[in-house]
Amino acid sequence: MASIRKTKGDIVFDIINVLIMLMLVFVTLYPMYYVVCASVSSNVLLLAEPGVLWYPKGVNLGAYKLAFTHPLLKSGYLNILFILFVSLPLNITLTLFCGYFLASEKVYFKKPVLVFIMFTMFFSGGMIPGYLNVRDLGLYNTLWALIVPGCISVYNSIICKTAIEAIPGSLTESAYIDGANDLYIVFRIVLPLIMPTVAVLLLYYGVGHWNSWFSASLYIQDNDKLPIQNVLRAVLIANSNILNSAAAEGDKVDQFAETIKYAAIVITTVPVLCIYPFLQKYFVKGVMIGAVKG
Amino acid sequence: MALLSEAATAVRQNRRSLPAKTLKRDFRLNKYKYLLILPVIVYFVLFAYKPMYGLIIAFKDYRPAVGFADSKWVGFKHFLNFFNDVYFWRLIKNTLSISGLSILFGFPAPILLALLLNEIRVGWFKRTVQTITYMPYFISLVVACSLIKIYCQSDGIFSQIAIAMGGQAQNFLMSSKYFYLIYIVSDIWQHIGWNSIIYLAALSAIDQEQYEAARIDGAGRFQQMLHITLPGLAPTIMILFILRMGGILNVGYEKILLLYSEAIYNVADVISTYVYRKGILNAAYSYSTAVGLFNSVVNILFLLAANAISKKTTESGLF
Repeated sequence: MASIRKTKGDIVFDIINVLIMLMLVFVTLYPMYYVVCASVSSNVLLLAEPGVLWYPKGVNLGAYKLAFTHPLLKSGYLNILFILFVSLPLNITLTLFCGYFLASEKVYFKKPVLVFIMFTMFFSGGMIPGYLNVRDLGLYNTLWALIVPGCISVYNSIICKTAIEAIPGSLTESAYIDGANDLYIVFRIVLPLIMPTVAVLLLYYGVGHWNSWFSASLYIQDNDKLPIQNVLRAVLIANSNILNSAAAEGDKVDQFAETIKYAAIVITTVPVLCIYPFLQKYFVKGVMIGAVKG
Repeated sequence: MALLSEAATAVRQNRRSLPAKTLKRDFRLNKYKYLLILPVIVYFVLFAYKPMYGLIIAFKDYRPAVGFADSKWVGFKHFLNFFNDVYFWRLIKNTLSISGLSILFGFPAPILLALLLNEIRVGWFKRTVQTITYMPYFISLVVACSLIKIYCQSDGIFSQIAIAMGGQAQNFLMSSKYFYLIYIVSDIWQHIGWNSIIYLAALSAIDQEQYEAARIDGAGRFQQMLHITLPGLAPTIMILFILRMGGILNVGYEKILLLYSEAIYNVADVISTYVYRKGILNAAYSYSTAVGLFNSVVNILFLLAANAISKKTTESGLF
C-alpha cells in the first residue's frame, strides 16, 4: 500500500484529519486536567479567580488529606467497596451459570430460557413497580437494595455465552467421561479458559456499580449508607452542606470548601481511568459480540 | 441479533409437545445444568417479571396498605388523566426534542469518528486517540454533570469564553435556550469514543482488496470512504439505528435529573423525570406507573415500526 504515491489532496486530508483528532484529544483530556489542577490548588486563590486553569494556583494538598479522613466521604468509599466486594463474585458466578447453560447443547429448555431472559431487555416494569418491589422485599434503606436487583445483566450473559461457545466441546466431554459434574466443569475448565472475557465482565459490572447513583438515591435514606457517587452528588450537584454537618469538622471543610470537591472527584475517578486501558483490547471484542451477533 | 429470530423459531418448535419420557430424560441428564440456571431464573422472576406484574397498578388505585391484588380497579383512569394533564404536551415535546436531537447529532458522531480514525495510518497515534476518547465513558454521570455545572456557572469557563467573544457572563444551565445544546454536546463528548468501537470493528471486516481495486481505478481517499467504507458499515449502522429508535422515549433521564432545575422544566422535563417526581417524590404510584407504561408501550411500537421499515428497505432487521 505504501507504494502508492500520495496526491496533494491526500496530504491535505491527512493534515486536517490529524488536526481534528488532536482537537478531540484536547477537549477530552482538558476537563480531567482541570479537575486535577483545581484539586491541588489553594482554596482561596481558586475562589478568587475561577475559570480557565492551565496550572494549579498555589499548591495545597490539604483537600486530599481531608477527603480521605472526612467521615462521610470515608463511609461513601467503604460502602461502595462493600458493594463491589459482595456484588462482583455474585455477578460473575450468576453470569457464568447463565452463559454456561445457554451455551450447552442438547438441553431441552435452553431456548425457552433464552427467550424468558431476553424479553426483559425490551420490556420491564419500569421505575415505580421496580421501586415498590424492592420496598416490598424489605430491601429498602439497606445496601442489599444496591446489590441484589441488577445482579445479573442479560447483555453480559450473552457475551459470556458466546465466549463459552467458542470452547471446543471435546474439552468438556472428556471431563464428563472422567466423572466431573457441571459445577466442576464451570469453575475448573470453563472459567480458566474464558479469563479475558471474565476480565471484561468484571470491568463492566465493576464500573457499573462504581458509577451508579440512581438506585441509591431511590433506596437509601441514611447519609452514612450512601455510596460515594451519591455523596459526590450531594456535595457537587445539590450544593448541600452535608460535609459540614456530618462532623465537628465544619471549619476544616470550609477551609477547603472548593478544592475538596475536586479532590473527591479525582479520588473517585482515577481508579477506573487507570484500569480500563489495560482491558481495552478485550472489550472491543465484547462490544462486538453483544451488539451485532446478539 | 440473529439470536432473537432463532429463539422465536425454537419456541414454535417447542410447542410440538414431546413425550414425558424425553422430558424426564432431559432433566436427569442435565440435572446440574438446571440447578445452575435455577438461581438465574429466580432472579429474573423476582426482579424482572414481578415488577411487570406490578404494572397492574396502572389500572388500579394502588394503596400500599391494601396491596397490589386488592386495590380497586379503575380501568384507564390514570391514562386519561395523563393525556389531559396540563404538562402532557410539554412532556411529549421535550422528550421527542431531546431524543430527536440526540439521534440527529449524537448518532452520526461516532460513525464520523470511526471513519476519520480509519484514515489514520500511524498505528500508535490511532491507538492513543482511541484510548483517550474512550475515557469519558468511564467517568461517572455524577462527575460528568458536576463538571458541566461548574463550567456553566456564571463565573465558569463558558462565561469567560462568552465574555471574550463579546457576550455576557451567565449561568447557562439556568437558561432554557442552552439546555439542549449542553445536553447533546456533553453526551457526544462522553460517548463518541465508546460508541465508535463497534463501527471500527465492522470496518476491520471490510475486504481490503476493494480498496486496492478502487485505487487502481483512480478513486481518491474521500471517494473510497464514500463508496467502500460507508456501504461496508451500512448493516451495522442500520441495526444500531433500529435499537436507537426503540428507545426514542428513553432519554437519559438520570442525566436530566442531575442537570435540570425548576427554572428550565419548560424545556428539560421529560416523561421519565416526570414519572420520578410524581412517583417517588409525590408517591402517586398508580398515576406514575401508568405514565411509565405508556412510555414503554410507545417505545415498543417505535421499535417494531423501525424494524419493519428496515426489513422492507434493507432486508436487515433485529427480528
